[in-house]
Amino acid sequence: MTEPQSDRRSTASVPFYRDVRVLAVFSQVIVLAVVLLVLGYLFNNLYSAMAEKGFLPSLSWLGLTAGFEIAETVVPYDSTHTYSDALLVGLLNTLMVSVVGIFLATLLGLVIGIARLSKNWLVNKLALGYVELFRNTPLLVQLFVIYFVVFLQLPGVRESITLPGSVYLSQRGIFMPRPQLASDGWIWLTIVVVGIVVAALVWSAAWRREAAGRPANGLRPISLLILFGVPIVSWFLMAAAPVTFEEPVLGKFNLTGGLKFTPEFAALTLGLALYTAAFIAEIIRGGIEAVSKGQLEAARAIGLKESETLRLVVLPQALRIIIPPLTSQYLNLIKNSSLALAIGYADLFNVSRTISEQTGQPVAVIIIVMSVYLVISLLTSLVMNIYNRAVQIHER
Amino acid sequence: MSARPPGVTTPIEPSEIRPPSSEVGAMGWLRHNLFNSKSSGIATIVVGLVVALAAWKLLEWAIFDARTGVITTNMRLFLVGLYPQDEIYRVWVTMLTLSVMTGLTAGRMRSGAVRMMAIMLAAGQVAIAFLAIVSGMGFVGAAAMVANAVLLLMAMTAAKRWPLSRRWMLLGWAVTAIAATLLLQGLGESSLLPGVSTNVWGGLLLTMLLSTAGIALSFPFGVALAVGRRSHLPVIRLLSTVFIEVIRAVPLITILFMAALMFPLFLPEGIRVENVFRAIGGITIFSAAYVAENVRGGLQAIPRGQVEAAQAIGLRSWQTNLYIVLPQALRITIPANVGLFISLLKDTTLVAIIGLLELLGIGRAVLAQPEWIGASFEVYLFVAAIFFVLSYTLSQASYRLEKELGIGER
Repeated sequence: MTEPQSDRRSTASVPFYRDVRVLAVFSQVIVLAVVLLVLGYLFNNLYSAMAEKGFLPSLSWLGLTAGFEIAETVVPYDSTHTYSDALLVGLLNTLMVSVVGIFLATLLGLVIGIARLSKNWLVNKLALGYVELFRNTPLLVQLFVIYFVVFLQLPGVRESITLPGSVYLSQRGIFMPRPQLASDGWIWLTIVVVGIVVAALVWSAAWRREAAGRPANGLRPISLLILFGVPIVSWFLMAAAPVTFEEPVLGKFNLTGGLKFTPEFAALTLGLALYTAAFIAEIIRGGIEAVSKGQLEAARAIGLKESETLRLVVLPQALRIIIPPLTSQYLNLIKNSSLALAIGYADLFNVSRTISEQTGQPVAVIIIVMSVYLVISLLTSLVMNIYNRAVQIHER
Repeated sequence: MSARPPGVTTPIEPSEIRPPSSEVGAMGWLRHNLFNSKSSGIATIVVGLVVALAAWKLLEWAIFDARTGVITTNMRLFLVGLYPQDEIYRVWVTMLTLSVMTGLTAGRMRSGAVRMMAIMLAAGQVAIAFLAIVSGMGFVGAAAMVANAVLLLMAMTAAKRWPLSRRWMLLGWAVTAIAATLLLQGLGESSLLPGVSTNVWGGLLLTMLLSTAGIALSFPFGVALAVGRRSHLPVIRLLSTVFIEVIRAVPLITILFMAALMFPLFLPEGIRVENVFRAIGGITIFSAAYVAENVRGGLQAIPRGQVEAAQAIGLRSWQTNLYIVLPQALRITIPANVGLFISLLKDTTLVAIIGLLELLGIGRAVLAQPEWIGASFEVYLFVAAIFFVLSYTLSQASYRLEKELGIGER
């Protein structure tokens, strides 16, 4: 693995073609040259193939008008926008699916992971069944089932399934009331934010007192009272309701207004969340089981309550084990969101397919898309690494 | 026990004291596992009702509503795609050589996990025979599959007593791989073995081909990358690292699209690579990066003393790697690579998006037939069930392998 250290005396007697240092440089130059030559050859072929079709690799198409609609956008977009806008819309859609998916997957994974630790046989085995079912079948098949079998076979919009709280499920997607801030709603919102900050301060004061060995003296209930009391009381003190809900209204052919999620978005997000949750559940179970039994016994011996044992002893240690594999699951979810193509959700990759067909610049488009995925991956790992460092043991 | 007069106590033997009936037997099991606290009891009842309802609904659907005809009518498609019926014996012969080689390999190994996988291959072929008979595909193919399974078990028993040497086994596997490719593809124009275009390969056959070829080809590539990433030569280290990290950061589907649509542009004019082989290339490049990371983990686990000892007895750097470090590192990465193979197996479904007709692609094609519109749940359930069986049994074998190798225990 390591090269023998050669001192000056020995180099003098060794011919240059057997000198380890010369050979090292020489072999690297050769490898680099071969790699560059192969790449050059491939790109030369590409250039001539594209030139034959009348396209030359460029980036000038980024500023041209895209001319295609995207069904679901986070920012305003229509067919008169440019290709770069279309890519941005795709990226935002990818990010939206990823963020919502990661949130749901973590929540569900936590529930199932804890259910896997349950002493109740039925709950335990049900969670195990879930994990095995979702881990051992391809994600794409799951997406197809959720999209084609569940969402596209929901009743038509006029016979929507109505859930409590004006949530409508139909072939056209999920409709729910959209919260809207009234004209002077910002006053209420400010009060709520202040309330949350105060509640957090009180809570951390309780924490500090306990850490210092003094009783918290009911600071926690006070904190909760502030957290929930302030928004409710101030809501009724306002002259008009500070937040109104725009309800979806059933028109002649469609539901209008309110918050709308297309079946594609709902199916993709749900599919990614269900699939990844199975992996997250196993990671969480493994992490909690890895905390040694002696730790639990010691926690009980010093008189900690169950909840305190969990919060102060088990979770901090389990998190150290959980974070790294959890990061790679998050990254997998983001990458898997590119399966949007299969069910027609306009994510980054799907939009890029349309663009490369229209512009005849497949290579430039794919390089942009791959770089974006690379950046997303690197940023996610960076954030998770920072968090990981924060929860690791700080050894002296 | 006999009745005693009141007031008279006789010492009771400890062995005569029985636990209360609520603590043992079925009642005890229920108490401990389903109703050990109030909340647990409530959870049991609620979850139990939901599960029972769901199971009932599914059963009702399976018995009354499911159109199983969509599976049985199209069974041939699901198994081998559009592979011509007259040439189907080639698939059997390929399976035959594969079965015998697997049997011989498993027989000479002491590993229970490897034997388990071999027996799974035999059982799988019997299952396929069963499916073929149920679907009315005739008995010849089914008989061939059962014969393969029997031969596999016989080869395994024989190899237990008379194991072949490692060299012969390697040769055998190499010949099997070449023969399988030749046999399935045919020899172009020849009348003896007419060519079968890879375009008609499909179904389970293609799924297995893509995943095994993918893992087998990516393995040497991945090992080279892992060694390269730990090299002390900066250029080689950088190239390997960049390759591994870039491939791992992008979704498989982007690589498959590059392989399917862009790769032809990179080739000089006149050279064409068939679709299936481009997909295998894409899968290989993708999984090589993951193999490399598995192997790197294995390399890092080898104690430094091993390398130093190798240097002390005068081995060169490549000899140290080849004879000392890699064999140990690869051994401990086997379970991780089986895991990779499982996810690769599931990921082969993505080639359906670039238009290859593997198991899921065939399912989509079947659903496009007018008479089977609306039978999507049946088809996807069948496809999912096949993947589940494959992937679940493989992962069980992998757990066993992990235990046998004693990973994490040393």
